[in-house]
Amino acid sequence: MSDHPFAIVASAKIISQAPTGGEHLVDRGFRALALLSAAVLIALVGYIIWKIGGKALPAIRDYHLGFLTSSSWNVQEKKFGILPGIWGTLYSSVLALLIGGFFGLAVAIFLTQGFLHKRLAFLFRLVIEMLAAIPSVVFGLWGIFVVIPAIRPAANWLNEQLGFIPFFATSLSGPGLLPAAIVLAIMILPTVAAISQDALNSVPYRTKEAAYGMGATRWEVILRVLLPTAAGGIFSAMVLGFGRALGETMALAMLIGNSNQVSLSLFAPAETLAALLASHFPEAGEVEVQALMYAALVLLAITLLVNVAGIGLLTITQRSISGKV
Amino acid sequence: MTRFARGSFFAALCSTLILLALGSQVARAQNARLIGSGATFPFPIYSAWFKQFSKDTRGAIVDYQAKGSGAGVQDFINHTVDFAGSDAAMTDAEIGKVADGVVLIPITAGQIVIAYNLPTNPVGLKLSRDVYPEIFLGKVTRWNDPRIAAVNPNMKLPDLPITVVRRSDASGTNFVFTKHLSAINAEFAKDVGSGTTVEWPRSDKIVGAPKNDGVTATIRQTPGAIGYIEYGYAKLTKTNAALLQNKSGTYVEPSAKSGAAALAAAKLGADLRGWIEDPEGADSYPIVTFTWLLFYKRQDEKKAAVLRQLVEYCATKGQTIADSMGYIPLPTNVAQKIKTATAEIK
Repeated sequence: MSDHPFAIVASAKIISQAPTGGEHLVDRGFRALALLSAAVLIALVGYIIWKIGGKALPAIRDYHLGFLTSSSWNVQEKKFGILPGIWGTLYSSVLALLIGGFFGLAVAIFLTQGFLHKRLAFLFRLVIEMLAAIPSVVFGLWGIFVVIPAIRPAANWLNEQLGFIPFFATSLSGPGLLPAAIVLAIMILPTVAAISQDALNSVPYRTKEAAYGMGATRWEVILRVLLPTAAGGIFSAMVLGFGRALGETMALAMLIGNSNQVSLSLFAPAETLAALLASHFPEAGEVEVQALMYAALVLLAITLLVNVAGIGLLTITQRSISGKV
Repeated sequence: MTRFARGSFFAALCSTLILLALGSQVARAQNARLIGSGATFPFPIYSAWFKQFSKDTRGAIVDYQAKGSGAGVQDFINHTVDFAGSDAAMTDAEIGKVADGVVLIPITAGQIVIAYNLPTNPVGLKLSRDVYPEIFLGKVTRWNDPRIAAVNPNMKLPDLPITVVRRSDASGTNFVFTKHLSAINAEFAKDVGSGTTVEWPRSDKIVGAPKNDGVTATIRQTPGAIGYIEYGYAKLTKTNAALLQNKSGTYVEPSAKSGAAALAAAKLGADLRGWIEDPEGADSYPIVTFTWLLFYKRQDEKKAAVLRQLVEYCATKGQTIADSMGYIPLPTNVAQKIKTATAEIK
């Protein structure tokens, strides 16, 4: 009996014992704790929405949906509208995602697919993750002192030569949409890169080897096998990056130019909701605070919509990849 | 013997405890902690004053949070602070909300300069009274505009667009600057108006930057930029400031002297409120303002004593550092009025 290989595991002491009262209690307790944590989290989000919504209610009653489509912010005449804010928030975030998403994914592929020695890749990863630790204000200052002077000649050349294209319709004087989007792209890069790396790393080794075994080149493996397999994770990296871009405040308040206008031009100053909130809150009077709360509610709604749309798209792409209906 | 020893030990313990209690009582009484909040414009000089005052006065600690004038007034009304700072003093409606009564003290003054950035870095640009409001209205759009060139015959002005840099956040600086422009230009008064935040004309050459330092940095990094900042910031960063034409037609450079001349012409009301929208006098710099400290008329007696001490320190010893920090020392007639007003803090 004792020489049986499973003797220890099978011993009555270890396995065939009903859970004691204590174990039962711990089990129940943990379950309750987990449920409570989840409930608190949901309640907190609900409370925030309720609180902001409550404060925004007078403004919602006064301005209705016209708030979303008008574009003046005049405290003296009590006229408030956030169309430029919504436009600028989405425009700058989409641009940032295009730039930051592309480079973030490229970095992730570069670091996970054996292009670099392991130690060097580790060092690279560390440096990119350090980007996430730089305060927003520093990014803003860096944008003013480095990015704007660096892109000004190119921007003004584009404006002179191709000014008939609406994207280049104005010259870049200082703060504007493009410098803001570039800095924003760098700010979301660590998020996109880190999560994409995890997604690429979690592709089974065998899948990759099988593709190589069939004679595929490295690029074919990356583009046709790895990326589609890791699409879910990469997609959530993009959604998270986009979410971060939507809510970014201080660097944008310094770089976007805070101008109440809707323009397609990449070089024109614009406005974002988060920057509007940050710059007007400290000195706002009662009526303006209500309008700002309404704007905050809209920002919250946009973020929520983006996340829900992201999750929806994710499930659809995953279904089409795995072939289930 | 043992009983005696125990007794004396007990007595010693008691007396120590009493002493300790008394000591802490005394320490508490002396450690008056004053909390203030409000205007950012005078913050550099306030922080220097309050630090020195806390050091010189035993047991008094003064904390000041530069949140902005509006927030300061709000805190003051809500009674969450012992005093507040505001560039716009308080309106009658706001004063009405304070049951304990309000003492307004104009404690220092400053000037707002129009700073600019031109490629060859020329010093001493002159701007006439009819031109600079129009620049901020977005109507004069190029540096080689004939109306700018006319008063600057010795300066070679570049063919550059003028980029106006304004404050994106609400501020006392906005309030003072737009009040001045509205006073001297009817169109500005009608289209933009005055306030801590205003709606600027929409143009891709009018950009907003946060706070004085944000505006200063943006001006310095943008060739062809013009904007308004506090004199202290311009002095500190050595940014060029324009000479402005005042009410009597002379071009005046921002300085402690021209600022003091403007203040001397100011008329303050009985409650020590008063605006200097467009000062008289040939030597007066046109954009100046007082900034106020707000106190309650009635409060805890010990606190009131320290507050009175604080005002006296700022109004006398404190004024000596004003010039070097880019503020204007108070004229003697105002200092006199402060003395009478301080007595009302009880």
